[in-house]
Amino acid sequence: MPLASYQTSVPVVVDDAKCIADKGCTVCVDVCPLDVLRISDMTKKAYMAYDECWYCMPCEADCPTGAVTVNIPYLLR
Amino acid sequence: MALDQIVDGLSEVSCDVLVIGGGTAGPMAALKAKLKNPKANVVLLEKANVKRSGAISMGMDGLNNAVIPGYATPEQYTKEITIANDGIVDQKAVYKYAQNCYKIIEELDSFGIRFLKNENGDYAVKKVHHIGTYVLPMPNGETVKKALYRQLRRARILISNRYMATRLLKSADGRIAGAVSVNTRTAEMLVIKAKAVILCMGAAGRLGLPTSGYMFGTYENAANSGDGYAMAYHAGAALANLECFQINPLIKDYNGPACAYVAGPFGAYTANNEGSRFIECDYWSGQMMLEFYNELLSGKGPVFLQLKHLHPDTISEIESTLHKVERPTRGLFQQGRGVDYRSESIEMHISEIGFCSGHSASGVFVDDNARTTVPGLYAAGDMASVPHNYMLGAFTNGSVAGIDAMDFADSHDFAEFDAADVAMERERVMAPTRREDGIPPNQIEYKTRRLVNDYLQPPKVTRKYELGMRRLAEAREDMQDRMIARNAHELLRALEVQSIMDCADMAAHASLYREESRWGLYHWRTDFPEKDNENWFCHTLLSKRDGKMTSEKRAVEPYVVPISDDEKDLYDKQRIRASA
Repeated sequence: MPLASYQTSVPVVVDDAKCIADKGCTVCVDVCPLDVLRISDMTKKAYMAYDECWYCMPCEADCPTGAVTVNIPYLLR
Repeated sequence: MALDQIVDGLSEVSCDVLVIGGGTAGPMAALKAKLKNPKANVVLLEKANVKRSGAISMGMDGLNNAVIPGYATPEQYTKEITIANDGIVDQKAVYKYAQNCYKIIEELDSFGIRFLKNENGDYAVKKVHHIGTYVLPMPNGETVKKALYRQLRRARILISNRYMATRLLKSADGRIAGAVSVNTRTAEMLVIKAKAVILCMGAAGRLGLPTSGYMFGTYENAANSGDGYAMAYHAGAALANLECFQINPLIKDYNGPACAYVAGPFGAYTANNEGSRFIECDYWSGQMMLEFYNELLSGKGPVFLQLKHLHPDTISEIESTLHKVERPTRGLFQQGRGVDYRSESIEMHISEIGFCSGHSASGVFVDDNARTTVPGLYAAGDMASVPHNYMLGAFTNGSVAGIDAMDFADSHDFAEFDAADVAMERERVMAPTRREDGIPPNQIEYKTRRLVNDYLQPPKVTRKYELGMRRLAEAREDMQDRMIARNAHELLRALEVQSIMDCADMAAHASLYREESRWGLYHWRTDFPEKDNENWFCHTLLSKRDGKMTSEKRAVEPYVVPISDDEKDLYDKQRIRASA
């Protein structure tokens, strides 16, 4: 069966101007219990690659520059 | 190499004691094992990252079951948990916990975790349970994981993050020999030989589907997909009382605790839409959950946690805990809905079902030394069968497991496993990556969990269960023959679905076996609506025998602390009676 992807607005938002992943930081990617954050090949900044979030907060709490914001996933907002 | 790209590889390492799961029980087990024999190799394997994994990823507001001299005795606590769990308790393990937990509190204190004290310097313990007083707030509860991590580094525990254990290995004579694991970002496989293995892999929290429809909006940390239950099952270990589901009263949609254990001691309470109390006690028991369920359906719902009658300063104090630890996004959620606790009550609902001994009694069977029925295999925390264990139980029994497992490792050599078992497991793990075309794991998972909600959620109806098992068998066929994983991350989810499917089958099988109703809502069977002590005052043990799922009865061990006839039904009297 062919696959299609469908749109989803993700709860974790990264402020590219503050994110220092391009300097080698991987803190948010490292701590996420669900392993849903990645560093973008294009922008070299962190982003939410998989919409599988427990809105638990380690990524936001541990980010050294305050670049990460955790929102409540839309379906349960 | 980019993250998530699949790498085909297999390597092997060995250690004396392997601890799987770095949440709460696991770090303590690893620490105690290493302190018992500092020369031994202890490996702590974690699917996520030990720094922020497990149920206490963002800390915890307090201890729910602290047995502190001057406030409670081990005898009283053992009695309370026996009654709360409808009598089906091997008291020896509960009593041992109750005796040991104070020492663990002192140890946690020495790690830098603080516990609330009153002006005299005594612990400020609060009452939430029906009978006794055991709730102790933790003023810096958000630092728990950091404090544990420091201890692990100091003791030189070998930590392997982002490795998911998939199956246990045994020798021909049935002794534990190690585990197979897979890297969740490369799909490379790692075999870990070990003399003893401790499973601390948390609850089966991704079993039912939350009513929001968001698959990861579960009560439990969504990483807790029941892998430990599935691994223990396939290794032939017995699992106890799986029909005693975990179901909790939670903030509707947010699906986290409100939390009555925090707010209750300040005077908050659960109320119906008329503003009236309807339950005697907010402690999470099956009997309480049944009254909660009945109220929701009675027309007197919705059900709320009521705080607005409290002084604004008190509410601020409650907020500072609720919005800081355990589930800190509670504040953001309420803010988004415009709910201020000073003027509005918190709408509550019932969680999805799961397995979790931490709150109920469904777990891998362990004795008072945390030993499972497989020699050399231990379990602790939410997935082990000591009931109503919570965080302090995970620490305390993790400690017991670590010490006993190191004793075992010190007196045994490595057991030999069959290389064919590893080859077979490698085939099973990698199968979804070898298919060109098929169904992605998220669709199989959604369908499985939707079936769990439709057919297995209480009230349990035999005919519904039979239909549900047929539908689950069809989904299992799709999972085995058609599931695809296109990168390592999808493979992680594909492996988790297989644990979820196993747990769904076990939930159904165990529930049909016990032909009575017990534990309030947790095991309410409409075809057998009464409690039947004559035939069912026993544990049920589920295990895999000759490849088939089987259940059997196991007698409750003679009580250490006797329960008198007028005490044993105390938790059945949860509903507040209308005054004449």
